[in-house]
Amino acid sequence: MVSKLTTDWEVDLETDVLVIGGGPAGTWAAWSAASRGAKVVLVDKGYCGTTGCAAASGNGVWYVPPEPQAREAAMASRESLGGYLAHRQWMRRVLDQTYTSVNLLAEWGYPFPTDDEGKPYRRSLQGPEYMKLMRRQIKRAGVKILDNSPALELLVDETGVVAGATGVNRQTNNQWRVRALAVVIATGGCAFLSKALGCNVLTGDGYLMAAEAGAEMSGMEFSNAYGISPAFSSVTKTLFYNWATFTYEDGTPIPGAGSQRGRSLIAKTLLEQPVYAIIDKATEEMRSSMRLAQPNFFLPFDRAGIDPFTQKFPVTLRLEGTVRGTGGIRIIDETCATSVKGLYAAGDAATRELICGGFTGGGSHNAAWAISSGYWSGESAAEYAKTLGHKANQRQVQRVGETAFQPRTEHPHTLATDEVIQAVQAEVFPYERNLFRTEQGLLDSLGRLDYLWQEVRDSQVENKQLIRAREASAMVATARWMYNSALERKETRGMHKHQDYPQQDANQQHHLISGGLDQVWVKSQPIEKTEKTLIGAISNS
Amino acid sequence: MIELVSASRCIKCNICVNICPTNVFDRVPDAPPAIARKSDCQTCFMCELYCPVDALYVAPETDLQTSVNEDELAQKGLLGSYRENIGWGTKRASTAKNDQTFQILKQMR
Repeated sequence: MVSKLTTDWEVDLETDVLVIGGGPAGTWAAWSAASRGAKVVLVDKGYCGTTGCAAASGNGVWYVPPEPQAREAAMASRESLGGYLAHRQWMRRVLDQTYTSVNLLAEWGYPFPTDDEGKPYRRSLQGPEYMKLMRRQIKRAGVKILDNSPALELLVDETGVVAGATGVNRQTNNQWRVRALAVVIATGGCAFLSKALGCNVLTGDGYLMAAEAGAEMSGMEFSNAYGISPAFSSVTKTLFYNWATFTYEDGTPIPGAGSQRGRSLIAKTLLEQPVYAIIDKATEEMRSSMRLAQPNFFLPFDRAGIDPFTQKFPVTLRLEGTVRGTGGIRIIDETCATSVKGLYAAGDAATRELICGGFTGGGSHNAAWAISSGYWSGESAAEYAKTLGHKANQRQVQRVGETAFQPRTEHPHTLATDEVIQAVQAEVFPYERNLFRTEQGLLDSLGRLDYLWQEVRDSQVENKQLIRAREASAMVATARWMYNSALERKETRGMHKHQDYPQQDANQQHHLISGGLDQVWVKSQPIEKTEKTLIGAISNS
Repeated sequence: MIELVSASRCIKCNICVNICPTNVFDRVPDAPPAIARKSDCQTCFMCELYCPVDALYVAPETDLQTSVNEDELAQKGLLGSYRENIGWGTKRASTAKNDQTFQILKQMR
């Protein structure tokens, strides 16, 4: 333990705004804060530019020009799917901000295509190009980037206000500390190391850090997104399966199975036998458009020697958890503040219920949310930092990380990290547990997850195991918020399918706020109250 | 999963070590990087994109190891094929410019 409590930081920095996470939300936050004159440090577990689920894939963007009819249709289209938990005021703001910011991407040189009328088409982004550009832009804006430098825990001052973070460089093992006036968590969601495309850096680390500082979650019951991929592959791109026929092994179509509405049927069938797909509804003309739209969709097929338009291939559903679910850290007002002072949240790390309700917005809404919430959180973190003044970085601070840092027992045991990870996966991967939820199933899982929490809580680990142990702890914590919230929502709404309560219940049109580490709690929050709070926040600003 | 770091092509720039989001590679003095934590590979193909000399090959199989033959991969044009497809690298134009998502979405019901 002594080595972990050292105060000899190899890297010790002071900054106005610390951004944790270098995907779309983190880079937008960093750019926005730096553009307002703030000194900004961005740290990433991986490499800012390749990290996160957006970098590895093609992204749709919820980009809608400011035409009243188009905007109305965009907002209305998801309201019922999301179980009427989304907020129109937030949708409007996100549509406005996304429109402005995506146009900025064009100014910065992103090579948007033009449509067949010769007009610029800005509803789709290729991940590698997008994130390379964002890295370049934030460097130009003066942001200092620490790659390969996972944050492990937050720092708070005597009054509990967030004041920075500490972490380690995973390649040099150098420990770093960044004291900051404000912190933005943009660490993405949690996909439980399922190997869904680009998702393995997303292990809920930010949720755990935020919760240790006292932040709350919202919508964690909406955490069971699964993406379709070829069974052998990581590429969870589902758009093109709109033109697929799903079949049994003998080639007979599975009645009702489909990419959008019929995904449950695919899961049900997968519980008993393999499922195949063939993208045979795409016309010859479309096939070449598809290749030009999403080159990485075809990569595994080309390499495996399969023509997906003429040959059937086995498919599976990989858990994307809260990455394409909508739960995350609770946002308390339009500045993207969390309930802990000095701490802001953006992108998939934050709840997306505000614009999606309880049903995934797929890539498009999440991409728009990352851009907008990133922009706002960076802006408000910079403004907040100004009110404190630089001297505030001389505050007495303490580290609030618990699991893997501060075992509660005097004789902690060694943590079998890999076994813990497999045990969590066994609770959250199976469709019969997470997709088709039952009271009994959730209670059984929670029994085991609570035991796992005790395991991680009372263990200690070698320094070189610290990063993985924190990831494992974050996954256990995330699963417990998910299933405790799921247990509390005794209805079927959005993506939360409760087998014991198959109907949507008008009396449960509320948000579920959750939190706690040793003691997990869940409480409901009336949707009207949120609207009111929001309206209050706007009129005050 | 990452299956190949070609010793004949690798120029030891260690860009892959730096950019791999899941820290799969280790630097090795005077030698190509080692695949040190293969099971952490998430099959995202980013290392292939950033490799300036097409020395890496990520097999499509995510959960299984496969054996690959470098000469065969080169013959089939698979070394660097993703980079070429998306127009990534110096002297190439990004194919993002040709993105035809609008054609696809037009067909959506």
